[in-house]
Amino acid sequence: MVLKVFFPQCCNRADSGLLVGRWIPGHDSAVVLAVIHYPFIPGQVKQYIQQMQAQSQVELSVLGSWSLPKEGQESMESFLRDLSTIFPKGRWLQISRQMGKMGFTCHIVNRDQNGKAVQQEVTKEYEDGDGNGEREEEEEEEERVIFVHYDQRKVMLSQLHPAQSGIHEPQSDAPSELRQMFQTVAHSEPLFFLDRYDDGPLKSTHWQSEGREASIIVELLKQASVPLCLLVSWLLSVWTWICNLWIFSVYPVRFLSTKLSTCIQLSYRTEHMTTLSSPNPAATHTHFMRKANILVSFMVDVALGMLLISWLYRDNRITVVANTLVPAADHVAKELDKLLQWLMGAPAGLKMNRALDQVLGRFFLYHIHLWISYIHLMSPFIERILWYGGLSACLGLTFALSLLSDMVALLTFHIYCFYVYGARLYCLKIYGLSSLWRLFRGKKWNVLRQRVDSCSYDLDQLFIGTLLFTILLFLLPTTALYYLVFTLLRLVVVLFQGILHLSVDFINSFPLFAMGLRICRPYRLAEGVKFRVLCDEPGTALHLLMEINPLRCSRVVQTYRTPTYSCYPKDSWAALVKKLFVGELIYPWRHKISKVD
Amino acid sequence: MEDEVFTNISGKPISLDCQSHSSFCREFTVSSPKVSIGKVTVYTCSVWLVAYAVFFFTQNTAVLSSAILVTLVGMMLHIHFVKIDHESLLVIGSLGIQVSSSYASGRESTTFIEMSKIKDIVINEAIYMHQIIYYLCILLKDPSDENTVSSVVPLFQSSKPRLNCLVKVYKSCQEVLSKCK
Repeated sequence: MVLKVFFPQCCNRADSGLLVGRWIPGHDSAVVLAVIHYPFIPGQVKQYIQQMQAQSQVELSVLGSWSLPKEGQESMESFLRDLSTIFPKGRWLQISRQMGKMGFTCHIVNRDQNGKAVQQEVTKEYEDGDGNGEREEEEEEEERVIFVHYDQRKVMLSQLHPAQSGIHEPQSDAPSELRQMFQTVAHSEPLFFLDRYDDGPLKSTHWQSEGREASIIVELLKQASVPLCLLVSWLLSVWTWICNLWIFSVYPVRFLSTKLSTCIQLSYRTEHMTTLSSPNPAATHTHFMRKANILVSFMVDVALGMLLISWLYRDNRITVVANTLVPAADHVAKELDKLLQWLMGAPAGLKMNRALDQVLGRFFLYHIHLWISYIHLMSPFIERILWYGGLSACLGLTFALSLLSDMVALLTFHIYCFYVYGARLYCLKIYGLSSLWRLFRGKKWNVLRQRVDSCSYDLDQLFIGTLLFTILLFLLPTTALYYLVFTLLRLVVVLFQGILHLSVDFINSFPLFAMGLRICRPYRLAEGVKFRVLCDEPGTALHLLMEINPLRCSRVVQTYRTPTYSCYPKDSWAALVKKLFVGELIYPWRHKISKVD
Repeated sequence: MEDEVFTNISGKPISLDCQSHSSFCREFTVSSPKVSIGKVTVYTCSVWLVAYAVFFFTQNTAVLSSAILVTLVGMMLHIHFVKIDHESLLVIGSLGIQVSSSYASGRESTTFIEMSKIKDIVINEAIYMHQIIYYLCILLKDPSDENTVSSVVPLFQSSKPRLNCLVKVYKSCQEVLSKCK
């Protein structure tokens, strides 16, 4: 079997010493984490390793010895051999390198325990059936060792994502070799705290041995975040108390709050803030990414909102907008008026039924008149309302957009009413027509069997049925035309609202932090690894360089999307057209609350 | 490193490069023919002639500039996303298999499959219209379930070498896999 040794690049030039790391159970491989230099006391090394094992929960052990003789130093072959008796555990690797040469040489010393019951799986692997007694077998297997060089800092910070093709690796199954290797390095942080400026008894080399680096801004933010979290959670508790007051549980208010997108967005942001303001640090990687994404989205949202405010409140723009709003509403009402007058005449050359036409037309005209008077009543307050409403953008651009969507819904309420009236009338007509058509042919709808059955009608039933059928049929073009016109208007409004909702959804759910991480620090989010052959001098072992293969951008968005209320059309195109044809009321942008996992 | 005359399934010449880094580590690179200058010239000339004809009728200079833009952007997208220069297969015994394709602009797209997920490498045949094509593929399995093939990863998809080239790669891979699986 080929032995794989994962060797950190920072230790390529380390002084001679002991290799500390972990044997990966179940595979024939070892991960080297650090090199402890001479001189040392073996007792202290054992104590240190036990301490590190307790802190990091990683099964550390001394893997072997590393020798890089400097000029003037003799090779310590026999000393290195004797060391293997002090740390009697499984295989002992003797890795050595000459200055100036690229390749490493590796001697593996296989030993069995003397009569002890060995619990480690490592020793089980190479028991070729002749494991009895104490024996030292030296096998020169330079050809059968692979050295995989890895960048320790990048592997420690990186998160290996599961394979995409749905091969589920539940935690109970043995994770793969690479995943175990990544987990080993990630959990061995306590091992990397000892740097060369420490005055302890041991000196080691790892990626941080030149001195621990930290960013003062990050430390300050960490200190400041605790009182900030407490403040935010207190504010949130006050807010939820206000929301749960009895006055808001009364039926009309509750119904309204589920329909208005501003209230939905408010509840959504409250949920986000609750996630953010928990005082415990994030336990898993997914949780951390979600918190970070929420925070960054919120900051960007507020920044865009502030930008909007600075643009809107300059040069008296609010007054300009308010002053054009009422004439615009008037204009829309006049256009609707003209449209209805056109429908009441002979639209597109079609001949309408005079009486029905007049009734419907007058009914809708009266509605428009009511609405215009309402707008005129509101006109002195519009500027005030707009001014205070624009201030809501300081909570975020999403609030401004939701408020705009709600205002559009309120202002076009009359179009919605007309659409509902027209649709109901048309729907009734269609159902009546289909039922009477069946009667005309002598059939009936069997509700019990949910199918069409033949039925023998009486003569007077047939007579009245046929009469009603003809009446409804000849009135059909009129109703159909009104229905068509108002459905088109309603669809225009729905489209506009849909665009607003989609952009709010996008701002809410797009994982900006994950994208930024993918672009600036691609090694943090790893899809896999890639290998490059470093040197293949004959006689030395094979050296490979392991680099991190970053996650594809599409997968980043897919994995780290913040779950939000989906705002996608719930009907397919075919279902929508069918509903329009039959006259059923359509609500294409139904809000679904998706489950947060 | 041998370089016999291999062709792909359409008859265009390709080249195979086998490197043996060690007794259990081998690398195979199949290079496709490069973008021919004749094709590029024909394409750009046709686009510009059409643009000039449109300009002749409409007298709008935006047509010409947009044609130039379209040609440039189209060529950049083609060499970055479409045109594969060479594909390589790196077999490392007891570690895994790495499949990588590199595009004409230098971009490389790599996948590494660990040995515990690999069941075998086989040459499979597929019926495509009126042809029977041979292709090399890796059979994957679930680490928990030894007997079922969970998915298939086809190799050398854009260079599509013929059977003689595939047999060479197959024999070499099987030597490595049989020794250290």
